[in-house]
Amino acid sequence: MAHDATHAHDAIPAHDGHGQPGGIMRWLTTTNHKDIGSLYLWFAGTMFLVAGSFALVIRAELFQPGLQVVHPDFFNQMTTLHGLIMVFGVIMPAWAGFANWQIPLMIGAPDMAFPRMNNWGFWLLPVAGFLLLLGLFMPGGAAAGGWTMYPPLFVQGGISYDLTIFAIHILGASSIMGSINIITTVLNMRAPGMTLMKMPLFVWTWLITAYLLIATVPVLAGAVTMLLTDRHFDTHFFNPAGGGDPVMFQHIFWFFGHPEVYILILPAFGVVSQIIPTFARKPLFGYASMVYATASIAILSFIVWAHHMFTVGMPAAAQLFFMYSTMLIAVPTGVKVFNWVATMWKGSMTFETPMLFAIAFVCLFTIGGFSGLVCAMTPVDIQIHDTYYVVAHFHYVLVSGALFAIIAGVYYWLPKWTGHMYDEKLGKLHFWLSVISMNVTFFPMHFLGLAGMPRRYADYALQFAEFNMIASIGAFIFGFSQLIFLAVIIKAIRGGRKASDQVWEGAQGLEWTVPSPAPYHTFETAPVVK
Amino acid sequence: MDKADNRILLKKLVVVTVGMFGFGFAMVPFYYKICEVTGINSGDAQVLARNTQVDTRRTITLEFDANVDAHLPWRFRPLQRSIRLHPGEMVQVLYEVENLSDRDITGQAIPSYGPQLAGRYVKKIECFCFTGQTLKAGEKKQMPVMMVMDPALPNDVHTVTLSYTFFVQPDSGKAAQGGRPAANG
Amino acid sequence: MKRGALRPLLGKTLAALSGTMISGAVWAGYQLNLREPQSALARDVYNMHTLVNLVCLAIFVVVFGAMFFSIWKHRKSAGHQAEHFHENTTVEVIWTVIPFLILIGMAYPATRTVLAMKDTSNPDMTIKVTGYQWKWEYDYLKDGVKFMSTLATPRAQIENRADKGAEYLLEVDNPLVVPVGKKVRVLLTAGDVIHSWWIPELAVKQDAIPGFIRDAWFKSETTGTFRGQCVELCGKDHAFMPIVVKVVSQAEYDAWLASRKQGAASPSSAPLSRAVLNGRPGAAVAAFGGQLSDADIAAAVAFQRNSRDNKVGDMAQPERVASLKPGAEAAARAAR
Repeated sequence: MAHDATHAHDAIPAHDGHGQPGGIMRWLTTTNHKDIGSLYLWFAGTMFLVAGSFALVIRAELFQPGLQVVHPDFFNQMTTLHGLIMVFGVIMPAWAGFANWQIPLMIGAPDMAFPRMNNWGFWLLPVAGFLLLLGLFMPGGAAAGGWTMYPPLFVQGGISYDLTIFAIHILGASSIMGSINIITTVLNMRAPGMTLMKMPLFVWTWLITAYLLIATVPVLAGAVTMLLTDRHFDTHFFNPAGGGDPVMFQHIFWFFGHPEVYILILPAFGVVSQIIPTFARKPLFGYASMVYATASIAILSFIVWAHHMFTVGMPAAAQLFFMYSTMLIAVPTGVKVFNWVATMWKGSMTFETPMLFAIAFVCLFTIGGFSGLVCAMTPVDIQIHDTYYVVAHFHYVLVSGALFAIIAGVYYWLPKWTGHMYDEKLGKLHFWLSVISMNVTFFPMHFLGLAGMPRRYADYALQFAEFNMIASIGAFIFGFSQLIFLAVIIKAIRGGRKASDQVWEGAQGLEWTVPSPAPYHTFETAPVVK
Repeated sequence: MDKADNRILLKKLVVVTVGMFGFGFAMVPFYYKICEVTGINSGDAQVLARNTQVDTRRTITLEFDANVDAHLPWRFRPLQRSIRLHPGEMVQVLYEVENLSDRDITGQAIPSYGPQLAGRYVKKIECFCFTGQTLKAGEKKQMPVMMVMDPALPNDVHTVTLSYTFFVQPDSGKAAQGGRPAANG
Repeated sequence: MKRGALRPLLGKTLAALSGTMISGAVWAGYQLNLREPQSALARDVYNMHTLVNLVCLAIFVVVFGAMFFSIWKHRKSAGHQAEHFHENTTVEVIWTVIPFLILIGMAYPATRTVLAMKDTSNPDMTIKVTGYQWKWEYDYLKDGVKFMSTLATPRAQIENRADKGAEYLLEVDNPLVVPVGKKVRVLLTAGDVIHSWWIPELAVKQDAIPGFIRDAWFKSETTGTFRGQCVELCGKDHAFMPIVVKVVSQAEYDAWLASRKQGAASPSSAPLSRAVLNGRPGAAVAAFGGQLSDADIAAAVAFQRNSRDNKVGDMAQPERVASLKPGAEAAARAAR
């Protein structure tokens, strides 16, 4: 986050032969990977506050049974936008930001392979975000068909549904550009001596993620294009009246949707695999098996999609196939967790904020993995499908998983980006508030789901009142705790204790060899990796 | 490090991307093929009457069900709730449909089967679902379905439900796109 | 500790947390597990969930026991020096193979249950369930009994103008009634968008998809009233279309069926109501038959009749409207 603007200006040499534009034009036209990384991260942070406030609207309505705050249709708009924005506008751009900042620094490249495409890739995002939010001001409000956009419900809606489809197209184009850039950078621009099996794990996980993205995002684009033509151009892909099938949309969507889950979480595995060795002062345990595990998770993710739709009425053979393949994913995921624990084992650990978030990640992501195992068992899944159990499951994976890893990564690299140490006290406060309130919010949702509360409900039966109230309290604490995070970042940009080049005692890798803050241009002559 | 290398890789990745976009659409015929092979949501193609051996050792209960989409002001019902038949035996049943509105409307019936795999074994020789049905305002008519239950029907299936849902025929006249390729319109 | 306005809230929170730790039975409001199963299948599911949880708990204790031990012992502040090992093939193979074996152990019972759930053959009766925005229609195929089932909770309770009843949002005007101990096959479809029909106690959940029928089955071992809700997002009133199943003895069921058949055979036909129910294709007014509750339609019809010079002065009854919905008349005739 935040390549400090003043520092950046100091550091910009008039090197391209023409003057660097200042002010807003600098950011609009920048092709520098660090600038673009910062833009991605600020965009993700802003959208996080927007989509987070939508979540608080949801939790406020669910604080008590009965309708108090919003109309059910607006409630559905909130759940839809919260989901879409958190996935496409927060987690994915945040990882793209990390990739832009860190991958060139970590592999010793001067910049990304296609700097101008990098610029376009970013500036598509605010346009898409604008289209998504514009729906709120349209007659009938924003899209309310769920982030999964199932027809026929999604075909019923008004103009904002079309805006949502366009936004998805643009977001898809953006992430495809980003992915092509990342793959090319990683494959072609590594410093001499940086073989693939010497790459930092974060680079590995992003390489695999980028492949997942170019393989699946076009499929999503196809699916929403079919929705669009069904809505307006008399096609019947999903319309039974014309011989189509609404369930087919679910198959195409989840063919994208399940790899998407790993797109969100694989870079998190990478970040945590950077942080734990640093603070354990010990090399990562089982580097090769980590790489293989990541690759096998990515490959398996293409053959498990229908576990999101065990209740549509598939034949038993299909249900069994998807159950077995889903359970199989537990094996490489387990390997990763064991490797992290083994990395800590007999290390010499200290517990700065990035390490705290990384440990919380390992612990809580594993809880999400366990509930995933519960969901993998088809008969049990049929019971808890579309209930709060599933909501609990994917928030453990995406909040205490992906989001905590993003936060950990920001704390970890912030000194390198800004040149200042962040406020450790505030960081620890942020950690404890986040980790406790996150559990208060999402743990009771397991019980709600088991007891039978369906998801996407604006109102609920009295037996669910207590846990909903607890979850709402937790959600508000969690939401407002994130303002501390914002404060820590701004404080570190403004000043603070000077960070050394190494920053962390146990840190290994090329990014720690450049000065803090990282100069505007780095590795213009490639370093040699022994 | 070479710019040319980057361009070559870029081209390859763009090809992959475009290919996957196409793959999304290719999933449509692929999906229907899988459904047809496994008998789920099977296309409702007309078959010619063949001489099939009637399997008198088995008796199947065939149930009939009728639905009307919320946008179609028709009443639609089978004239018999269920029949018992032997696999291989040709039977004819009647459905009755009535246009309750004061307009002429064309509807299209879409078949569905329970259990899903049974769709593969219901061989229709004649059916009102093969084409759209136009009913004049207030018109009421009876429509036949003539079919044979394929003796290859698995032994553990004893009850089969044949269900139709009538929808307003979309874009009557224009060729339907995107829908399942098998002939029912 | 300060005792401010937050105290009751805090009390509740603490109660919930301690409730979580002690047991579900102590705190009736804090149900922690799946609902009490009422069928053999539901019991299978319940036991399988318990089994998976125990396995997960065991793994959690071992793995995170090791992690927290390490965090405690291998701290820099405790003076621990880092060792430098970073791979061990034997260990890595072991912790790949063991989870694999555990998974096979779990897959076996799950496979059996999946096959049992899918076996809809030889039912004792078949009921067709149709989902509409936002209500359910039940059709007893053999007996020609067909009716709508809509939320019975008054609007005032939802809008907090009245105290909420015990079965808030889980009560309907016409529950589904089935005999105990009989294999009931449900045939599901929908009239507009995808819905999903769920009875937790009986472990039956199946999406209702427009244009297609899907089947599922349940067999309750005990009599009682079981309540579920729609579980596929179907629009604004998704939360307001519950499912209530009354499982009764065979004798009670027969009596109920007989009275239902009688009720369905009420006089038919009123052209005006039909216009409301079915709309005119192409016109801005869609068919309300699938959208309004019977009571709503009755109100609309009464309004239409009594305005516009149609001083009939009579009332349209919801039951009568239900009987006019497509197919109900046929059912009535069949019952006669």
